[in-house]
Amino acid sequence: MQTARVLLPLMSMVLGLLALGAPARAAGSGSATLDAVQARGQLLCGVAGDTAGFSIADSQGVMHGIDADGCRALAAATLGDAAKVKFVPVTAQSRFTALQSGEVDVLIDETTWTLGREASLGLLFGVVNFYDGTGFLVKKSSGVTAAKQMDGATICVLPGTSTELAIADYFRLNNMKFTPIEIQDIQQIRGAFLSGRCDAYSTDASALAAFRFTLGDRAGDYLLLPDIISKEPLGPMVRKGDDKWFDIVRWTSYAQITAEEAGITSANIDSFASTNDPNIRRLLGLEGDLGKAMGLDNRWAYNVVKQVGNTGEVWARDITPLGVPRGINNLWTKGGLLYAPPMR
Amino acid sequence: MSASHSSSVERAPTLALGAPLSRAAFWLRSRLFATPVSAVVSLALLYLLLRWGWDFFGWAVLHAIWQVPHDAAGLPQTGVCRAAEGVGACWAVVAEKYRFILFGFYPYAQQWRPAICVLLFIGLYAASAQQRFWRRELALIWAVALVLIGALMWGGFAGLPLVADDQWGGLPITLILATFGLAGAFPLAVLAALGRRSRGMPAVRMLCVCYIELIRGVPLISLLFMASVMFPLFLPAGVDIDKLLRAQIAFVLFAGAYLAEVVRAGLQALPKGQSEAADALGLGYWQKTMLIVLPQALRQVIPMLVNTFIGFFKDTSLVLIIGIFDLTTTGRTAIDEPAWQGFGNEIYLLLAAIYFTFCFAMSRTSARLEHLFSRGQRR
Repeated sequence: MQTARVLLPLMSMVLGLLALGAPARAAGSGSATLDAVQARGQLLCGVAGDTAGFSIADSQGVMHGIDADGCRALAAATLGDAAKVKFVPVTAQSRFTALQSGEVDVLIDETTWTLGREASLGLLFGVVNFYDGTGFLVKKSSGVTAAKQMDGATICVLPGTSTELAIADYFRLNNMKFTPIEIQDIQQIRGAFLSGRCDAYSTDASALAAFRFTLGDRAGDYLLLPDIISKEPLGPMVRKGDDKWFDIVRWTSYAQITAEEAGITSANIDSFASTNDPNIRRLLGLEGDLGKAMGLDNRWAYNVVKQVGNTGEVWARDITPLGVPRGINNLWTKGGLLYAPPMR
Repeated sequence: MSASHSSSVERAPTLALGAPLSRAAFWLRSRLFATPVSAVVSLALLYLLLRWGWDFFGWAVLHAIWQVPHDAAGLPQTGVCRAAEGVGACWAVVAEKYRFILFGFYPYAQQWRPAICVLLFIGLYAASAQQRFWRRELALIWAVALVLIGALMWGGFAGLPLVADDQWGGLPITLILATFGLAGAFPLAVLAALGRRSRGMPAVRMLCVCYIELIRGVPLISLLFMASVMFPLFLPAGVDIDKLLRAQIAFVLFAGAYLAEVVRAGLQALPKGQSEAADALGLGYWQKTMLIVLPQALRQVIPMLVNTFIGFFKDTSLVLIIGIFDLTTTGRTAIDEPAWQGFGNEIYLLLAAIYFTFCFAMSRTSARLEHLFSRGQRR
């Protein structure tokens, strides 16, 4: 039994090696990653798997959240089927290696787009799928209504995130003091904050809003301060050196934004089949060869919107239930930052 | 008997034959209320035990919420549980999440497959602990069962959809890592221990010493990191060795080094006369080792072996840092969902109960084995 156990994976490994060598070159869309995805018939998508609103498994093990839906949109664009995704749970420590080593095709893991990461990791950010920022949650009874009033406060933070740096910078800039309490586990942070061990709980504002929402009837006792003290644009990452794949990741997101701008949803998309609007006709692949130029089917954007929905639908499905207002994550026409370049 | 002032030692033989009630009274008096001090301590402990026990009973049973209503969309409404937070347990979270905790991301409709695998594992453990099953056939049964488990988990035949091992999770992962880890580590440990003690082959000895000391010198976490993070960087692009297999190998190496030292302790404890007698009989090295030395040496170290097994079984939860969803990780993930955030105690109690069951069974088995093997030495 011992030998069988070792032999089986070994044999499959050797076979895998043999199989990998050949087809990667043959197809030749110009993108090694796209070729690999299409040859495999499945997108390998790195997600956190434990963050509400971004990627979290429900009781049946199905992934939900905007990151998970980002993976599905990419699968719809590249393979024509949003279900052809394999979610690979990654941790904060292992995520970049997972992408660098090719364990995943794309990493959609609420990673903050920073210069340091893009310059040093050999990876780059495709687009922003969520504009976040560090915020503070406090008890209403404490009387604090602005971050500037928090001199001397004890603040609960998750270690290993950019939150702590952001808070330290902010307090130093304003000549204030604070005591961080680092707690790894969301369960324990919750306990520490609710029992009053820390005066404030600080992390990305979206997570704070979601946390407040879980308090149910007691949510009213807690206040999310209006100050957002850092920029945390979150988005999907790809490997450097595969520009066509980068294009696909970026334009899949833009296609969803464009669809929302044009009022196209997964429900009404088929009613646009006979539209005269040339922009929509190009988006849906009814004319022109935009999809082919990217190495995809011309109906790629149609598949994305039909199967996953536009940006607004994804937001309504994944984020709205958490009680997070759309704010700057709205379309540019509605006071937000979402702005897609023209698809022509 | 209350009138009697004779010492309990003298009364013991007659009382032992008496009615159960008086036996209990005797036990109480001699064990818990022998002196005034111990009586006070006993009463105080009894009071605390009852109080905490009652509080726990109230939380876990009396005021517990066993299920929550679902809205029209089938989403659980946890308001009832929120209202009872701190007063009563919300066992509804277990009812809602137990399948995810036990089987992780394994496709929901197919979860009967890992369920059967878990039962197979438990059956194998139970059978192996019974002396009457210790025959050659047992090895065959293990081989067949393990192949069956692999086939069931992977599928891809007879209409069973293929489930790649990165979708496995929960209890099967814990059992697989522990079982294969120990099964692989044990022979490795015996070889390393023998190698470390070999006089005639300094190269082999150095190799074994290096392996044992190097692995014992680093934490398991860093080994897992090496296996999952560093190792892929050395492979050519596009080549990916299965993550579970990498973690499994790291576990085998780690457990092997610790077990090797346990086995070596047993080898050291064996009187030299045993191997000299074997030499005098003209046995070769392997005959001597397999028939004379190892059986006696391993018998000596059963408690330590099981100690390592138990520690190792729980160490499997460390795979969470490399993104494998073992039992502990699925439990933690289950309570990340906003609707169920804050009901960690219930989930952690469930996890503790599962781990305890397995570890306690191991420890009882080890006690039985010790008893059995020491028969020859009892006088």
